[in-house]
Amino acid sequence: MGMQSKMATFVERMHEVTNFDQFQHLVEGLRSLYQVEHFVYHSINSAGEPYAALTYDIDWVDHYIDRDFGRIDPVVLGCFQRFHPVDWKQLDWSGKAVKSFLHEASDAGVGNQGFSIPIRGPSGQFALFTVNHRCSDAQWAKFAAENVQDLLLIAHYLNQKALELERGTDALPNQMLSPRELDALTLLGLGNSRAHAAENLKISEHTLRVYIESARFKLGAANTTHAVALAMSRGNIIV
Amino acid sequence: MIQYLYADQLAQYPDLRKSMFRDRAAQFSGRLNWDVTLNSEGFETDEYDALNPLYVIWQQPDGTHGGSMRFLPTTGRVMVNDHFLHLTDGVTITSPLIWECTRFCLAPNLPPTTPISALLMLAAAELGRRFHLAHAVGVFDSHMVRVYKSIGWEPDILGQSESGRSAISVGIWEFASAPLATIRAKAQVSPQIAQKWFDQAFQSPDIRRKAG
Repeated sequence: MGMQSKMATFVERMHEVTNFDQFQHLVEGLRSLYQVEHFVYHSINSAGEPYAALTYDIDWVDHYIDRDFGRIDPVVLGCFQRFHPVDWKQLDWSGKAVKSFLHEASDAGVGNQGFSIPIRGPSGQFALFTVNHRCSDAQWAKFAAENVQDLLLIAHYLNQKALELERGTDALPNQMLSPRELDALTLLGLGNSRAHAAENLKISEHTLRVYIESARFKLGAANTTHAVALAMSRGNIIV
Repeated sequence: MIQYLYADQLAQYPDLRKSMFRDRAAQFSGRLNWDVTLNSEGFETDEYDALNPLYVIWQQPDGTHGGSMRFLPTTGRVMVNDHFLHLTDGVTITSPLIWECTRFCLAPNLPPTTPISALLMLAAAELGRRFHLAHAVGVFDSHMVRVYKSIGWEPDILGQSESGRSAISVGIWEFASAPLATIRAKAQVSPQIAQKWFDQAFQSPDIRRKAG
């Protein structure tokens, strides 16, 4: 067995989570997995109720809420109503109030680098997933290039898990796999190459990749192999 | 220039907004005879325009619309999953790494001197690269296949509805394999300019001032 990917470790842990305490641990565990200082998952549900699982110092969190820093926080303002990933360097950190906020955040242990991913959930639900670290611009650029696709998936997986915990069910009605996706997973599970599987299904290899990518996301899987394994263990496919 | 604008930013560009939705009416209702809705101002808009999508727009020197397309993440509501499952073998396409691209539109009667389609394709490639996306899934008028082919970045076609004037195709593009040099040559734009348009859209005014 080779070394398990970070993503595989994360999703393995995620599938074990059944309550919000474990969810908090899941978010905390990302730190050692990705070797960065902080992770924040923050959501506002359709009723306007906030929820957060994060690794910032609790005194800083209380102070942030107390001072209502969400009104001026460039991360919140820059991500609200958006759906593209945002590097904190792209944000507007000018202005007296914002500079003072940044200074306080830094004193509280918030790093100088950040990457935030806005998530649009169902019925107006909104969430923000942030990774934060203290390092040079060059180190950060390297980290981002290597990990952003993982983080995009993790952001959405965390949001689905939080919604699932809130609803008290693990059945996501829109996450059904179509017969075509099951065929694709079955063929790969039987050991076919992507090219063979695509040929068998009379689709292009790019199309197969899109079908597999969709199936991977719906199953909450780390990668294609894991998607096949999950579909098998849940009885979706038999190989 | 290329503008990347969310719907809630369009109000800052009233001429661009008006001309874009009117050009969409001319293309989708007029030329293509699609079953689309026009409002009292003669704008073609649909329910997806109400989801605050991201528009990629070629803005002409006079400030009006030259061409555009519309992006939404497939993790939310998108046309391909709501209306075109019969063209995707019944597969609901959903992933944070896949965005949907719809309403590829060109202003009517433009002089052929500006390669607007290629500029839009280049802007889409830049968007995919900078946002770390894997694929785009598009819903487009089937005649566009020829245009995409001439630019050198053809989608893989998942399915096509009937034939004739109003035929609709669903296709996918993989960002990692975009032939950037070919598209740039067709668009007659350097990589630096394409990057600058993107940076102008997604960096704060403060940072742009510092960068000069």
